[in-house]
Amino acid sequence: MTSTISNPLALIAELTHRCPLHCVYCSNPLELQSRSTELSTESWSRVFQEAASLGVLQADFTGGEPLARIDIVDLVRAARSAGLYVNLITSGLPLDESKLAALVAAGLDHIQLSFQGAREELSNEISGTKSHTQKLRVLEWVKQHRVALTLNFVIHHRNIDQLEEMVALAETSSATRIEFANVQYYGWAFANRETLLPTREQLARSIGVIKREQQRLEGRIRVEYVVPDYYAKYPKPCMGGWGRKLMLIAPSGDALPCHAAHVIPGLAFENVKDHGLREIWERSAAFQKFRGEDWMQEPCKTCDRREQDFGGCRCQASLLAGDAAATDPVCSLAPLRPKVDAILAAVNLAPASVAPGIAGPYIAEAPPANEPPTRPSWLYRPNPA
Amino acid sequence: MTARELSSRPRLAPGCRLSENNQQRILQMPERALRLNGPSLEIVQRCDGKHTVQQIVSELQQIYSKAQAQKVEEDILGYLALLQKERALDFEV
Repeated sequence: MTSTISNPLALIAELTHRCPLHCVYCSNPLELQSRSTELSTESWSRVFQEAASLGVLQADFTGGEPLARIDIVDLVRAARSAGLYVNLITSGLPLDESKLAALVAAGLDHIQLSFQGAREELSNEISGTKSHTQKLRVLEWVKQHRVALTLNFVIHHRNIDQLEEMVALAETSSATRIEFANVQYYGWAFANRETLLPTREQLARSIGVIKREQQRLEGRIRVEYVVPDYYAKYPKPCMGGWGRKLMLIAPSGDALPCHAAHVIPGLAFENVKDHGLREIWERSAAFQKFRGEDWMQEPCKTCDRREQDFGGCRCQASLLAGDAAATDPVCSLAPLRPKVDAILAAVNLAPASVAPGIAGPYIAEAPPANEPPTRPSWLYRPNPA
Repeated sequence: MTARELSSRPRLAPGCRLSENNQQRILQMPERALRLNGPSLEIVQRCDGKHTVQQIVSELQQIYSKAQAQKVEEDILGYLALLQKERALDFEV
C-alpha cells in the first residue's frame, strides 16, 4: 500500500500565525496558534532535511507573516542547504533593505509579495492596517536586489473590478508572475463570505480581462488566475488531491494535508516533534483518510472525473455539507449544489455593498451615519499572542 | 523577443535554477518545478546567456545525430517556447 504513495513535492511551512495584517480573508484557522507553541529553529531545520529526502522540491515559507520569525534568515539558509527551493510568501511589512539582502545571501529563491489591491485606501481597509505604501517600497528593494518576484492579489467583490490597475502596478515592478487568486471560502474568508463573493457579472468581466492580459504579457509576465470555485462547474482538485503532493506544517509542528484541515471533525494530526516526516506522510491517519478512492460516495465514486478533481475539497465538503466525505457541494453534480446556488443567488440579487452584520469579538465599528454605506462590517483576523 | 530568433541568447530568468533531488535533475522555478531528462536537460544546461539558439540547435544536432536535423531544431524551438511561456527564460539579443 505505502509503495503506491507518491512523494510530496512541496512543503508549506507555516512558520508562525503572528502577522501585522488582519486580512478579512485570511486562510489561517479561526483558532490561531500563539508564539509560545511555535517550533524551534532546530526543529524546522530537521523538518527541511527530512522533507528533501522524502522528495520535496520546494519550501513555501508562509504564516501568518513568516518575517515575524526573528530566525527567518537562519530558516532560509537551513531550507536552502537541505536542497530545497525557498519561496517566501510575505506581506513585506516587517521587511527592510538590509533584511532583504540577508535573506538573499542566505539563499532565498523567490518572493511572493501580497497586495490587497492597487489603491491604498481599499488595501488598508482589507488588511485592517496601513500597509500599502510599505509594499511599494518593497517593490523597489526587490528590483535592486534582483530577486525573483510574484505579485499576489487576493480577489473578491470589492477589488475584482480593479484588475487592470493591479496589472499596471505589476508592470512597474520586476515581477515575472502575477497571481490573481479569488478568495477561497475557509477560515476568516468563510466568516466574511457574503461580503467577499463577487457577482456573476463581475466574474465574467474579470475572466475577459485576464485572458486579454495573459496574451499581451506572454513571455514577460505570467498571469495566473484562480477562479472562485462557488461559480465553477466542477470542483478544484484541492491541493492536487489529499495527501498526494503537499504537506503543511503548522507553527506548532502539526502536519496537515492542507491549510483548512482543522475544520474536519475527528481528524487528529501528528506532530513533527514526535514523528519523522516520512512516517507521517505514509502512515498517519489524517493523511490516509482521503487518499485514493475508497472513501468516495456517489456521485464521485463512479464519476469519470474522479481522478482529475478527486471529488473536490474535503474541507469545503465538511463546511457546506457537514460531511467531509461528501462530494464537494460546488460540483454541479453534487446533491448539495442547490445550497451553493442559494448562496450565489443572494449575492447576485442583493445590493452587493450591503453586508449582513457578523457577530464576533473582532467586529469592526459600525460606520458613522455620514459615511456612505459601502464599508461592510468585516470580521478582522486578530494577531495571536 | 521569441525563441525563433536564432541569434538570441536564452538564459534562465530570475528565480529559475537547475537542481537535483534523488539523482533526478530538476528545473526549479517560482512555485513550480520541471523534471529534466535527456534532451530537455541538454537544452536547459545551455540556457546560460552565452549560447545562441542557433548554437544550442547545432550542438544538439551533433549529440542526437541519428535524429533528423530538422526535427531536432523544431523540438528545441518548441521547448524553448514552452519555457518562455512558463517565464523561465530571458533572451539576450
